[in-house]
Amino acid sequence: MRTTTRAVSVALLALTALTACSSGADDGAAGAGDTASGGACEPAGEPVTLTYTTWIPGIEDVVATWNEANPDIQVEVQTGPNGNGGTYQNFFNQLEAGNAPDLGQIEYDALPNFRVQDGLVDLGACEEVVAAKDQFVDWTWQQVQLGEEDSVYAIPQDAGPMALFYRADLFEQNNIPVPTTWEEFATAAEQVRAAGGYITNFSQADINQFAGLVWQAGGSWFENDGEQWTVDLTNEESVKVASFWDDLIERDLVSTYPGWTTEWDNAYNSGEVWTWNSAVWGANSIATGAPDTAGRWAVAPSPQWEDGDASAGNWGGSTTAVFQGTEHPYEAAKFALWLNTSEEALTALIEAANLYPATTDGAQLPALAEGVEFYGGQPIYDVFAEASEQVSPDFVWGPTMTQVYNDVSDGFSQAITGGGTLTEALESAEGTTVSALEAQAIPVAK
Amino acid sequence: MTAPTTGTSTTGRSTNGGAVPDLAGPGSSGTARRTPDRRSGSGPQESRVSRTVAMTVMVVFTVYFLVPIWWLLVAATKARGDLTTTNALWFSDMNLLENLAATTGYGGGVLPRWLLNSVLYAGGGALLGTLLAGMCGYALAKYRFPGRELVFNVVLGGVLVPATALALPLFLLFSQINATNTFWSVFLPSIVSPFGVYLTRIFAASAVPEELLEAARLDGSGEVRTFFTVAVRLMFPALVTVFLFQFVAIWNNFFLPLIMLRDEALFPVTLGLYNWNTQVNQVPELRLYVLTGALLSIVPLIVVFLLLQRFWRGGLGSGALK
Repeated sequence: MRTTTRAVSVALLALTALTACSSGADDGAAGAGDTASGGACEPAGEPVTLTYTTWIPGIEDVVATWNEANPDIQVEVQTGPNGNGGTYQNFFNQLEAGNAPDLGQIEYDALPNFRVQDGLVDLGACEEVVAAKDQFVDWTWQQVQLGEEDSVYAIPQDAGPMALFYRADLFEQNNIPVPTTWEEFATAAEQVRAAGGYITNFSQADINQFAGLVWQAGGSWFENDGEQWTVDLTNEESVKVASFWDDLIERDLVSTYPGWTTEWDNAYNSGEVWTWNSAVWGANSIATGAPDTAGRWAVAPSPQWEDGDASAGNWGGSTTAVFQGTEHPYEAAKFALWLNTSEEALTALIEAANLYPATTDGAQLPALAEGVEFYGGQPIYDVFAEASEQVSPDFVWGPTMTQVYNDVSDGFSQAITGGGTLTEALESAEGTTVSALEAQAIPVAK
Repeated sequence: MTAPTTGTSTTGRSTNGGAVPDLAGPGSSGTARRTPDRRSGSGPQESRVSRTVAMTVMVVFTVYFLVPIWWLLVAATKARGDLTTTNALWFSDMNLLENLAATTGYGGGVLPRWLLNSVLYAGGGALLGTLLAGMCGYALAKYRFPGRELVFNVVLGGVLVPATALALPLFLLFSQINATNTFWSVFLPSIVSPFGVYLTRIFAASAVPEELLEAARLDGSGEVRTFFTVAVRLMFPALVTVFLFQFVAIWNNFFLPLIMLRDEALFPVTLGLYNWNTQVNQVPELRLYVLTGALLSIVPLIVVFLLLQRFWRGGLGSGALK
């Protein structure tokens, strides 16, 4: 599945190159923004129909609820594969052709890309949007402001705060304490290995998981001062995280199955691998991939770098953005707010697609309060609600994340097969990322 | 699929002295018939060794091609929990009917809709595409007019351009006339088959004798009538081939619908299944539905192949006109 996705993104990238050639030099300047969307966020005063492209399964029913209550703002759902599977490229094509939908789903890590291409409407002019800020978990709002004081480029939808999924039964049977710091994690890794298992699996393709670990450590891969981008894949925290995993890989204390494959599923299902430091939506992945282990899992906060710290990383999560070219930013923003803050919409999204809300109240919804059978009846979402509050607001994504993921992943694959280290992979990817930005005429600070 | 052996017989252009191109394609039945004349008489004497080697190679490749289908069939019969835990190449608890029901019922029964769409895109597109290609190829082979070779060369150039490379320009074109996300945005580009024109021209040049056309004209038949009553029958094997190729190409065409379509109700089955596959993280049941759906989606292809194979043989026989 991952390889197909990747092959498709490669093909799509090739196409981007084609369009980039034909579309001339007028686009692509970073931060040159505030052009078309100068301030207008007025109601249309007449019935409008909006189009909304998303890949959330079962969204039709949620939107139907809205349409029933809002005869003057009708929303039509359009769908497609997930963002990197083709929908982002479709958005870019549509922006190019001038027929982008009014609203679209965009993950946090792809927002800067759309911002740089000037594809998003700044909702900072919409009073209701600005007023909604306090409803959202702080870091999610930072993510949609993209470092600009008064701007809001999307409404946060869901989040992927990370915590430690672990095999409660195995840790108990072997008298190994569940690690609360990364140091304890390394010690536990030795004990687990001695017991014949692996403490976790290091997936070379899930670079956004690794980014989540760097995020937790307090690092950030990019910075944008409004004019120039700084690329810093090898910041202190990033190197610390990379060296930590380099050591575990080198000592054969973690397995290195490619993520999301049958081998990977089997490693968890057979009890070979004991933990997974993953996002809230990972709860489902384990339940699907390792059905035989039902009831034996539990969730704890992620291990910390310093004893007594309380920080968490984030992996994934989406926003609802309004695209340039829409004639009805006011109505679009209104719908996006309802979709991502109202209790009825969030409850429906949790039930239909296991989305984890980005609002503070959403994380406390009854749908998330119950114990989960697969995790021995533990109310696991409490752990994630706490983690979500601990995610740092300072992590910044770059404008070419697909390329970054591919390049880092290539380096990680080599490191795992013995050719170099994770740190070296980050160094090399930093270089290629700078080149990629420069190739797109995005200003980079040296 | 391999390209038919006719692809290499470029010498068959305009002068119709060449042998009837062999259109039996990858099937092994054609090889015996294709035995060159100079080796006739006592029949080909193949050594046991070369025969064994050939058989082995063919068996290996047959297995190679069939194993994934076997895997798919087996996987589609399993309950979700058994997918990763039981032997991938053998059945566990039989769950096929439940899977089929769940798969076709998911999302308000959207999968049957996708299959129907695929049949419309591929069936309609291939039929119309074959007709157009046949007419064009016939005209290029049998009529002399200025610019004929130029037209043919342009069409031939079209064979070299991969469909994927045309998807984005097509999207921008259809955007100009606000026709993206419609049935036509996928259907119209599908009826173009440069390869079909090429194949039918080559075939018409050698399989439709000028004398026969002359005779038809003398009997007072119009050109269009001659084409449909005489030429089409003689060209039937080539037309079946073009139809089949076009059908498979449209059925498997994924990129164009991916770029053009946003409305789930218009998706062909390939795009629909791909969509499901990207949502597996959120809705784990989809993993199984994708597999079962994939199994369902190859059934029409197999049916079309089995049905049309007969025409190949029949057509070849009647086309061998002296």
